[in-house]
Amino acid sequence: MLKMPANGVSSRSPLSADADSAFVRIDGLSKHFGDVAALQHAALDIRRGEILTLLGPSGGGKTTLLNLVAGFLVPDGGSIHIEGRTITDVPPYQREIGVLFQNYALFPHMNVGANVGYGLKMRHVAKAEIQRRVAEVLALVRLTGYDLRKPRQLSGGQQQRVALARALAISPKVLLLDEPFSALDKNLRASMQLELKEIQRQLGVTTIFVTHDQSEALSLSDRIAVLSEGRIRQVGTPNEIYRRPADRFVAGFVGDVNTLHARLAGVESQCAFVALGAATLSVPAEPLRGLSAGAPVDLFLRPEQLRLAARGGTSLCQGVIAAHSYQGAHFDIHVASDAAVSGRILIRQAQSDASAQWPLGADVAIACVTQDGVAFAPER
Amino acid sequence: MDSRGTLRAIGIAIVALTLAFVLLPALVVGIAAFNARAVLAFPPNAWSWRWFAKALAYDDFRAGFRNGLIVTACASSIALLVGAAFAFALDHYSFAVKRTIEGVLLAPLVIPHFTIGLGFLILAAQLGAARGFAVVVACHVILVLPFVLRSVYISLRNLDQRFELAAASLGAPPRRVLTSVTIPLLAPGLVSGWLFAAILSFNEFTASLFVTSQRTQTLPVAMYNYVREYADPSMAAVSVMYIVATAALLAIANAFFGLGRVLNVEDAR
Repeated sequence: MLKMPANGVSSRSPLSADADSAFVRIDGLSKHFGDVAALQHAALDIRRGEILTLLGPSGGGKTTLLNLVAGFLVPDGGSIHIEGRTITDVPPYQREIGVLFQNYALFPHMNVGANVGYGLKMRHVAKAEIQRRVAEVLALVRLTGYDLRKPRQLSGGQQQRVALARALAISPKVLLLDEPFSALDKNLRASMQLELKEIQRQLGVTTIFVTHDQSEALSLSDRIAVLSEGRIRQVGTPNEIYRRPADRFVAGFVGDVNTLHARLAGVESQCAFVALGAATLSVPAEPLRGLSAGAPVDLFLRPEQLRLAARGGTSLCQGVIAAHSYQGAHFDIHVASDAAVSGRILIRQAQSDASAQWPLGADVAIACVTQDGVAFAPER
Repeated sequence: MDSRGTLRAIGIAIVALTLAFVLLPALVVGIAAFNARAVLAFPPNAWSWRWFAKALAYDDFRAGFRNGLIVTACASSIALLVGAAFAFALDHYSFAVKRTIEGVLLAPLVIPHFTIGLGFLILAAQLGAARGFAVVVACHVILVLPFVLRSVYISLRNLDQRFELAAASLGAPPRRVLTSVTIPLLAPGLVSGWLFAAILSFNEFTASLFVTSQRTQTLPVAMYNYVREYADPSMAAVSVMYIVATAALLAIANAFFGLGRVLNVEDAR
């Protein structure tokens, strides 16, 4: 028999690694509904105290993943671990996970105090201690003195804060937020997002946040996992997701993006070069492996990475001003151009006099304000 | 008058006539109950309360009323328990014979009451069981079960599952979820299901005629036996009392469990 290397000694202990990096570990998780694969081999580490956002279109698998973590669904395969303990088969009522539901799901037959104290009552906490804790979390969400109100007597924002207080009252190990802001109007939404982020920082509770709203995800998250068609496409900081999308889907789903016909100029070990018009941009090489120099590629550039210029000079391409759109803080200019896959290029400028400078129908050149972009092989 | 005015007038007339038609029998009986003479005539020439006094004093009616209450209370409560359990199972779980069970439980809507009554009569005779309350109650349970099942099932369907999930995530094991969240939120559906069953059971005549004996006869059976021999307005007086009592019961139930509770649930979205 051959002598085998001592595996147990040489390999890292997975438990000690868990304690540092992964507070919640999702390992090869799969879930099918009939023939539909809602989630396929999802793997994800969530760090202690961070807000990790599951971002994706509806049907992408993000809600399924949330329900699996909460224990509302049983996975077909894979496992879930919290603090190194496997909880895949632990029922939801023993998971110590707080959930903030989209419609808040406040118990309509109980007042605010009973709603917030419900989880403690289920834990057989003494009455006086429940009262103390309820007052504490209600103060945290700035609803002191609302104990005796019924949920229906509260505004949408107040209901949400009660629901948050109820989820936090049990001091959960993990807080799950299921599209919590979608039912609020726009102004309230922004202030609730800030408030939630503040409370989350204050308590340091590890949070998984589900949303289909990419701007919400960018502003709230420490890290984002983009899901589509039941698969995790990319995990990274908001900046990484926005600047270095891993594939076409992520590039198109997170933020506005222009897709331009370009050519591959060359590939090096870390970066590749893509030529468009008179410009050459460096892009990550990884998505372009297997393509040879001269091959057509799709170059993805954000609207704020582009600027308008007079014709001539080192421009990417040319076009005709097709529409203006004043957005307050910035100005969106739509340029009709053959260089774009969609036939339109969106350019975002800070100055507000753009419409005078670039009137409708004007022939313009489009230049790049950055040396970086991302490129992928063309579809089909 | 323009055509819209005419249409409007016709509409009002149709609604008024329909309402009058629906209320007509009760109205006729109600007036006939106050006839001073010992005939069921309409309209009466002279007026009196005496048939109410007579009906209240009549032994068969008193026994029938008491029997009816016993049967109704038992049958509706058993039907509520069984129906709610089945509705809960049908709503929460999917299993192979779900459709079949649903079909069997709703079957009494298809099978006529006299068939069910006759069936129980034969069964009771075969088993040598006396025609006591047990047989009557069992028969009524089957008759009202579909209505209770439907009422509870619809309430369950309308119950947002997230209330139960929220309770579970907060640490409530399934039994506590049921007692602290599901049942309180279903209370309007359960109460209305029970009331519906109770009214149907108390009114039930056809099957009861087969399965009751002299000792266990319910009020409708007692009334039938009475009307075979006499034709005085006592019957009408019983009807009036019945209508007033039922209306009062429904009004009280509505005040405690009705609209307020239902709206409460909707507001909490």
